[in-house]
Amino acid sequence: MGRYVVRRLLQMIPVFVGATLLIFLMVNVMGDPVAGLCGERACDPATAAQLKKEFGLDKPLWQQYLTYMGNVFTGDFGTAFNGQPVTELMGSAFPVTIRLTIVAVLFEIVIGITLGVLTGLRRGRPVDTGVLLATLVVISVPTFVTGLLLQLLLGIRWGWIRPSVRTGSFDELIVPGLVLASVSLAYVTRLTRTSIAENRRSDYVRTAVAKGLPHRRVVTRHLLRNSLIPVVTFIGTDIGALMGGAIVTERIFNIHGVGYQLYQGILRQNTQTVVGFVTVLVLVFLVANLLVDLLYAVLDPRIRYA
Amino acid sequence: MLLDVRDLRVEFRTRDGVAHAVNGVSYAVDAGETLAVLGESGSGKSVTAQAVMGILDTPPGRITGGQVLFQGRDLLTLKEEERRKVRGAGLAMIFQDALSALNPVLPVGDQLGEMFTVHRGMSKKEARVRAVELMDRVRIPAAAQRVRDYPHQFSGGMRQRIMIAMALALEPALIIADEPTTALDVTVQAQVMDLLAELRREYRMGLILITHDLGVVADVADRIAVMYAGRIVESAPVHDIYKAPAHPYTRGLLDSIPRLDHKGRELYAIKGLPPDLAAVPPGCAFHPRCPMARDVCRTDVPPLHAVADGRGSACHFWRECLRGDER
Amino acid sequence: MPEQPPYEPERAIAGTGMGGAMDLGASEAAGLEKAPGGPDGTGPRDKARSLWSDAWRDLRRNPVFLASALVILFLVFVSLWPSAIASGSPLSCDLAKAQDGSGPGAPFGYDGQGCNVYTRTVYGARTSVTVGVCATLGVALFGSVLGALAGYFGGVWDSVLSRLTDVFFAIPVVLGGLVLLSVVTSNTVWPVIGFMVLLGWPQLSRIARGSVITAKHHDYVQAARALGASDSRILLRHIAPNAVAPVIVVATIALGTYIALEATLSYLGVGLKPPSVSWGIDISAASPYIRNAPHALLWPSGALAVTVLAFIMLGDAVRDALDPKLR
Repeated sequence: MGRYVVRRLLQMIPVFVGATLLIFLMVNVMGDPVAGLCGERACDPATAAQLKKEFGLDKPLWQQYLTYMGNVFTGDFGTAFNGQPVTELMGSAFPVTIRLTIVAVLFEIVIGITLGVLTGLRRGRPVDTGVLLATLVVISVPTFVTGLLLQLLLGIRWGWIRPSVRTGSFDELIVPGLVLASVSLAYVTRLTRTSIAENRRSDYVRTAVAKGLPHRRVVTRHLLRNSLIPVVTFIGTDIGALMGGAIVTERIFNIHGVGYQLYQGILRQNTQTVVGFVTVLVLVFLVANLLVDLLYAVLDPRIRYA
Repeated sequence: MLLDVRDLRVEFRTRDGVAHAVNGVSYAVDAGETLAVLGESGSGKSVTAQAVMGILDTPPGRITGGQVLFQGRDLLTLKEEERRKVRGAGLAMIFQDALSALNPVLPVGDQLGEMFTVHRGMSKKEARVRAVELMDRVRIPAAAQRVRDYPHQFSGGMRQRIMIAMALALEPALIIADEPTTALDVTVQAQVMDLLAELRREYRMGLILITHDLGVVADVADRIAVMYAGRIVESAPVHDIYKAPAHPYTRGLLDSIPRLDHKGRELYAIKGLPPDLAAVPPGCAFHPRCPMARDVCRTDVPPLHAVADGRGSACHFWRECLRGDER
Repeated sequence: MPEQPPYEPERAIAGTGMGGAMDLGASEAAGLEKAPGGPDGTGPRDKARSLWSDAWRDLRRNPVFLASALVILFLVFVSLWPSAIASGSPLSCDLAKAQDGSGPGAPFGYDGQGCNVYTRTVYGARTSVTVGVCATLGVALFGSVLGALAGYFGGVWDSVLSRLTDVFFAIPVVLGGLVLLSVVTSNTVWPVIGFMVLLGWPQLSRIARGSVITAKHHDYVQAARALGASDSRILLRHIAPNAVAPVIVVATIALGTYIALEATLSYLGVGLKPPSVSWGIDISAASPYIRNAPHALLWPSGALAVTVLAFIMLGDAVRDALDPKLR
């Protein structure tokens, strides 16, 4: 197990370098890294050259990347467009987005799994067909549409929630979290449903029935335990995707989280903000994947790590 | 009678129509008796067992008639909660493929112990002790250590022993073993079969042995019921059947066993394929494959004729078959 | 690596949110498992042919397929000849009519700029269909060729490709789109399509790689190899016909998600920008007026949702039809 973890960590290095390098190149090659530094106006050439020298932007790209990564590993993520250190932005943005993600994951677990189990056990009945149709609709409606509609209905028409988030506390994040979770929620429902329905016909469930176990025990101890393995895996890997995908949700509800800062960074072409945040997001994604793989071994004893 | 199945009927609704998997099967098993149910795949032998056990998938399966009298009570009319208590405690089942029939993510000790915690209300600790005892009973080496292992960590033969242990746990009056050795290596088959026979004697249980393997039957069974297309076509004490079958299908099965004294001769094979259960031939279902078939066989379903005391054959021409004149 | 033959968790989509490879399989094997009756197909070509014709027969009877195919045909028609059902230009707006309700020639009313919502919604279809179709073709071609070659030849290129797909999966799609497209000045669909191909190919290359590897180990491929068939012949004639089904299914579902992605990017202001016509732009433009003119938001949203739904359901139906295991 220990050796496996070490090897997986080593395998993460090229992916990490590749992904951050890719973003670094995108931001630097495609854009003008000093464009945002002179405020709203374009920089005059002399200032631009001065700035480029100051930030080491006249050096070759690979050298810039190495310098940047070197700084990152000493905890220096550079400065944002407004002169704030990027780490400070992170300090204010990540807690909000993490809360948002927690709310979203809770929705996936509570609603997604419940609906999946319910429909998986009642395949072909009206409940099943209805929920299945609903999941298709949710998957088809893009998140930003779902978000705007919920904002319109709950926030404006009925006044149940404030249309935009102020402090980012948990209670304010319930609806945004639901919006962020919506597509994954539908996937979790479908995945659970299929998994339950497949396992329900499996031999070991039949054995459990033949043993004379009560229905409840057959379902919770034998059926669920097996069926939820792929679901847990999905939810785990989804955490990284949720945090990175929060841009749209955060924009709709005006939440000042990671997505908001990234969006600002991109609009103002602030390399250090964008690359810094993406670096952290990639790390989160990779670590979440590693944890899911390890969790997999705990859940399914047939998996052996060599 | 310990178990008395009367005129059981099961059908499956499928996309291609209704499949009549079991068409009026009756058989009985006494305490301490072993009944072998013989037939090709699709003959309805496993479906019958599942209906008796109460583990039929419904839908698509449906029991459309008959009685299953176990210790005098009709299981089919019992409430589900009553029925559940009979399963495992009074009536247990051994499945063909232990690897898929055991839960892959639970230690075998938990799966064995569950019988005692659920049916007998024992504590987990007591149940664990009993699980180790059971594993000892079926001669799994180092049971105390292996009780925490998962099914995939055992060999095929050992896994099937665990299945047997699970069936034995509450010392049921009757065990149904559905092809218990089919998935095993030939060398292991005999060991497992011997163990099963020995334990059956020791616990004085009834046993229904479902198999397609005539070789296994001769040593273990007291009686044989041969099934074809959802019906019992012949039922008899084991020695009578081997001496002189009273149904051409049984004869065909016996003739297709390779025998050393027939070395060099061509092996007999029943021509044709078993029928599609959604479209069973009219009359005697076996007639398209039967070397003795005549006009009456194409129109009239043969009843189970009483050939002798405790012996029946569903063939219009059982006398001729018994005498051995045919073809 | 974890040794996990029975099931590999599908990571593809989790990483990017772009995917449709997630299980959307709705149907299940209803009923009795049929014994493999009748003479089997003799070769891979027969098998492939019957797979496709069976699938087509199933699809023609599937109402979901028919409904979504109808919607898609309508969309294609509208995007080719939008003027057939909408009069006027989507770009001629009259501020005086801003936020008005429905009027003559404008059944959906006017948006915040006084543009005819109906006309703009009709014309928006062209953008969505173009982006969806072109991006899918690009991704499918690029991804499946790379994946198939890597899967077939294995070795160094395979590992390089696998690591490369890992890299792409680690980058959230919307984020990548924002970064890449924010600096693009060209206001056409092509940068958007280019970006989707760039970030979308790993998904299909993974699918293609997987199914080629599976097909590679089939006996008939081994046999072809033993008979001295060349690599290109094996790939094109033996593997491709059997590996192409999953690619088609995933690509169809992905088409819907690309349409949604284009709208999302346009909503965020980095996909297409005004004066282009796109549902995403319209929704974005309507959101400030959500209080007074919700109709300007609802119609393009509805059109978008129905379009994406149609493609996803089509892919779903095709998957059910092409997956013989689900029959």
